Formats: sequence, structure tokens, C-alpha cells
Amino acid sequence: MSRRPYIREPSKTGWWLAQPRYIRYMMREISAVFIGIYIVVLIVGLWQLSRGEAAYIKFLATAEGPAGLTFAVFAMLFAIYHTYTWFQVTPKAMPLTLGSKRIPGAFIIAAHWFGFVLVSTALWLLVGS
Amino acid sequence: MSERVIELDILRYDPEQDEAPHFQTYTVPYRDDWVVLDAINYVKDELDCTLSYRWSCHMAVCGSCGMIVNGEPVLACHAFLRDYPQKIRIEPLQNFPVERDLVVVMDDFMDKLSSVKPYLVAREEKDVDDGEYLQTPAELAQFKQYTACINCLLCYSACPQYALTESFVGPAALALAHRYNLDSRDVGRSVREDVVASNSGIWECSFVGACSEVCPKTVDPAAAIQQTKIASTGDYFLKFLMPWKRQ
Repeated sequence: MSRRPYIREPSKTGWWLAQPRYIRYMMREISAVFIGIYIVVLIVGLWQLSRGEAAYIKFLATAEGPAGLTFAVFAMLFAIYHTYTWFQVTPKAMPLTLGSKRIPGAFIIAAHWFGFVLVSTALWLLVGS
Repeated sequence: MSERVIELDILRYDPEQDEAPHFQTYTVPYRDDWVVLDAINYVKDELDCTLSYRWSCHMAVCGSCGMIVNGEPVLACHAFLRDYPQKIRIEPLQNFPVERDLVVVMDDFMDKLSSVKPYLVAREEKDVDDGEYLQTPAELAQFKQYTACINCLLCYSACPQYALTESFVGPAALALAHRYNLDSRDVGRSVREDVVASNSGIWECSFVGACSEVCPKTVDPAAAIQQTKIASTGDYFLKFLMPWKRQ
């Protein structure tokens, strides 16, 4: 009797369409691209600000135009998804114990959201108004 | 008890006759309390004795009956037929060569498992007469979750990283390495590090998390790998800050 194992090759490009969980993973990873582009836009804004009022007003007009606003909405949605998905997995990477008792994952996730809201509010009060 | 009928599309592959696997359909009467394994056993006993598959305990302990049911890696003994539609598709585990029908070749996993030394590396070997290596319940609690692994390979089957990168050590082996690294009686972490912290080890994992989602024993290999990444990163920086300190 001869052995002749059959190898079922996975798709190198379409593998992530095979399962909803792979699509969710790809969405999480791609969300970083939108956040990255948003950071580049911010840096460009700072650069234009350094060039004077006229340049900055021109930048703002572009950023507030239809394309700029559409991108901002997408970037916001992806940023929320990015934050949500990474906060959800924090208990896996950072399990905490209090004495011999393990702190529930939901508490760790909630603490991250609390920190996020706290820092965002502090920044808003400091420079937002 | 009511008796219903379900259709099983089972992937068949006979290395002596088939060029490639193909599906064969069987109609099986089943009861409410039947799992997929019961239906496959029915096929073997009553319809087609040539069907090959692995199973043993029928109680999610031996880890033998892992297979893909409707696209999802499951233990066939742990998946009730009543939870599926009238027609289900059964395939051997993904990401492993098919030996015959639902039987896969596990050699790659076995090699990777042994490469992480999944056993106690004690500070000094004790004679059996000298008694056990003692441990407190709190010390046991640190790693107990990871001892539940039954090597069923569902995590390897679900892992797209393992599918794309053959050299990846993979979820179960890395989780077991973590289990021994956390064990207060073990001093083998630096010995395991060569494999665990290599490019083919934890750093190949991109945290898809599918391994933990399909694990039938809630081992959570994804958590083990991320925690090992953090510990390994700490080691890396510690090496520069305190070069004289070696584990």
C-alpha cells in the first residue's frame, strides 16, 4: 500500500474571504491604514499652518470639502472599529490578577474605555475649545 | 424519540485510486441527541465500510475527531446534528495533507510540538522516590487553562497564518510552551526561547484570534502567544539594560 497524501493548497490572495472572522481581522488591520492617512493629513495641516494664514485657510477649505469630509467620516468609523477591536482583545494580551483572583476581562476592557474617554475629554478641555 | 434524516457530503480521497478528493453523499437517519461523529459511525457501520476517519473517546477528550463541518473546524463528537441544516459538508482538517478520506497527516504538528519541549524542565531532576515537585494552588492557577489542550489541531486548521506560512510553529505548540514557561516548577524558558521567540514562532502570529475562537477546550492559544510576545519583548530590552542578567 502506497502513501500519497493530497495537499489542498489555500488561496494565497482570497483566503480572507473564506470566513467572516478572517474578514473582521482584515477590517481591523486595514483600519490602521485609514488612521495612518488621517495622521498624514494632520501633519500636512500643521505644515500649512507653519506657512501662514492664507495657506492654512486653503488647507481647511480642502479638508472641509466633500472629499475631505467623506474621508473624515470613513477615518472616524475605522478609528472607532480599530479602537473597539483592539480594546476587546486587551484581556488576552494583558491578563491581570488581584491576589490569586483573575480580574474579569470585561473590567479590563471597561478600564481601557474609561482611560480613552478621560484622555479625550482632558484634551478637548485643554485645546478643543 | 423522533427520527429525522440528514444528508452528509463527505470528502473522499483514496490515494490508490483518486487523483484528487471528491465529495460523496450519504443519507443518514438520526436522533436529536446524535453528534456528527454518530452520523459518520452510522455511515461506516451501515452504508460504506471503506470510509476512513479518526475517533476514540466520543467525549471531547482524546482530540482525534477534528474535522471541518460546514466550513468550521470542530470536534465531530462535540457538534450536534440538530444544530445544522438538513445537508452538511464534512471535510478533513484544513492546512494538513490528506492521508485518506477524513484522515490527515499530523507529522508537521508533531515535529513542531516536540521542538518547544512541552514537558517539565526541572532545576534538578528528582528521583521518583524523592516525591513530587510541589506547587501551590495559586501557582497552578497561573497556567491551568493551558493544560487543557488536547492536540486536536482545530486551531491549526483555523489559523490562516499557518496556512500561508508552513514554518509557523503554530497555536497549540506555542500555547503549550507558554504553559510550561508559566509553571513554577519549570526552568526551561530560555531553552524554549530559540524556537518560541524565533521568526517562525510567536512573531509569525498576526493575532487573527481564530485559534481561540475554534478551541473546544477554551485554551485560548491567541492569549498565550500575545503574552509570550510581551515577555519576549521584555527579555530583549532587559538584555541591553542588564546584560549580566541571564535566565
